[in-house]
Amino acid sequence: MGISVEGANKCFGDFQALDDVSIEVPDGSLTALLGPSGSGKSTLLRAIAGLETLDTGRVLIDGEDVSKKPTQKREVGFVFQHYAAFKHMTVYENVGFGLKIRKWKKDKVRARVDELLNLVQLPGLADRYPSQLSGGQRQRMALARALAVQPQVLLLDEPFGALDAKVRKDLRTWLRNLHEEMNVTTIFVTHDQEEAMDVAGQLVVMNQGRVEQSGSAADLYDKPANEFVMSFVGEVNRLGDDFVRPHDIEIVRDRDDSTAEAMVQRIVALGFEIRVELVLGDGTEVWAQLTRSELQRLELREGQIAYLRPVHAKSFNGSAPSNPLGPRLPKGPRTVATRR
Amino acid sequence: MEAHAAKSPVAPPRARQLRLPGVGAGLGRGVVVLYLSLFVLLPLAALLDNSLSEGIGHFWSQVSSGQAKRSLELILVCSLIVVAINAVFGTIVAWLLVRDNFPGKSIVNAIIDLPFALPTIVASLILIQLWGNKSPVGIDIALTRTAIVVALCFVTLPFVVRAVQPLLIEMDREMEEAAASLGAGGFTIFRRIIFPNLLPGLAAGVALAFARALGEYGSVLLFAGGKPDTQVASIFIGQQIETGNEVGASAVSIVLLAMALVCLLIITLIQRWGSRHERSQVNLAANPVITGAAPQGGDERE
Repeated sequence: MGISVEGANKCFGDFQALDDVSIEVPDGSLTALLGPSGSGKSTLLRAIAGLETLDTGRVLIDGEDVSKKPTQKREVGFVFQHYAAFKHMTVYENVGFGLKIRKWKKDKVRARVDELLNLVQLPGLADRYPSQLSGGQRQRMALARALAVQPQVLLLDEPFGALDAKVRKDLRTWLRNLHEEMNVTTIFVTHDQEEAMDVAGQLVVMNQGRVEQSGSAADLYDKPANEFVMSFVGEVNRLGDDFVRPHDIEIVRDRDDSTAEAMVQRIVALGFEIRVELVLGDGTEVWAQLTRSELQRLELREGQIAYLRPVHAKSFNGSAPSNPLGPRLPKGPRTVATRR
Repeated sequence: MEAHAAKSPVAPPRARQLRLPGVGAGLGRGVVVLYLSLFVLLPLAALLDNSLSEGIGHFWSQVSSGQAKRSLELILVCSLIVVAINAVFGTIVAWLLVRDNFPGKSIVNAIIDLPFALPTIVASLILIQLWGNKSPVGIDIALTRTAIVVALCFVTLPFVVRAVQPLLIEMDREMEEAAASLGAGGFTIFRRIIFPNLLPGLAAGVALAFARALGEYGSVLLFAGGKPDTQVASIFIGQQIETGNEVGASAVSIVLLAMALVCLLIITLIQRWGSRHERSQVNLAANPVITGAAPQGGDERE
């Protein structure tokens, strides 16, 4: 079921959580709402679920305006960051809760719960209480509980936010596979751009209650609409009005017209990737991303002088791009995007 | 441990026991036993001894005499009614104080404790002013059995409110939202989600209120009086002492004590049952075999 939100506004006191937000989520897609905390992404998700009412604007699920419908009637599955496990019920009772409310027969509930516990890889834990599960297991239980009632859409609010890094990674791969299997329209909220790019087919970047840009991960990374998207999705160096990705900074040993002089401050080895932190003549700090072999070829050392060349720079102020690394650096392809 | 553990309402298994500074465990226990003995156990033993001083037969005839039996039955029935009323209204008051916002909320919150702070004889006077023969609203219930219930409601109100309030404050609101998203309406959410989580606190509040109601003296004394049909056990005891029947007074006291103990026992069992999901976590920590038995998902055990 496709979801659309049209002109959504929501204030909490003086704070404008949603500022004229419109989004389109295609049927069967897996969409991420990405943004820093306070950007309104959770409020938007909760408004779709009916857990918040919009001041103005509409929510449509499968073309039907559900703005006036209570949560109970929207047929959405909702998963919370802190699991919202019914702690006084066993895993079985948790997963079967929605079915019991729908007055399913006992044996049908048993069959459905067993099926779901297998799906979320928690077989044999039906009689446990949530307090006896790890965080990752609790979240999978919560997901099974949401899926049990066969919701039209699945909404996940920072589902992996309370989990440690290793579990997060496993679960997001698992979620992606699950989505491919179930094919239910899914929206999930995250502040982690890597997680969003890894899991989702479509991303909606939000900031200060507004949608900054939406599109595929590649679109956002290669064609960011504005400074915010450029710096929030992927790493970036800011040089005056220009933005350069760290992997778009080339380090060379010999000076020429297209290079700027910089001193190597620090070399950080992060496995295959090497992070080289440099400082330019005017004191601006930049960092460049190299591979291990590039570093070996350049024989860089901390404290040494090196020459930088931006391969690709981007400016959002609409004027002709200035030279990101100083007057001696006129060359290199660059793109100009107009501010939205 | 994951970040959530810090937020979990379930206390983690404690790492080591906290001790009073500068006091060894032995000395600490000694002080507790001495204190309890001096103020609780020895007086109780003396009371029991006194009540049985003329034999078990005499004890029995004292507590089963017409007036003694009636006074015990009366206070038991009144206490049960009062506790039932307070369980409902105490929960509603706690609910409003936690979930609702209304002008004067903090004043109401402070007033709840008034029956705690007030000398109960004053409570009795207050109630007579409103519901006595000079009642400004024209309702005179003084010296009736209804007056007993009203007086007991007044003095036991804070117990349930104060026991339920912290549980409501700490309750995870997302549980209710999750239930709503699964299709549960307001009443179902209360019955299946909120109530089971309030039960331990409600039980504790009810137990305290019941125990307090059983022995209430001051607030009942003036308002309900000590007529034969409104004489509760505590007033009967007072009367027996005045007329020199100390053994009879002790015997009825022992029965009251037994009723309070049975009540506490039942409530403890309800609480244990209501919080079984929290206890099971401790078992888990203490029993690595159970933990090890978890199929799948072993990669992410806390």
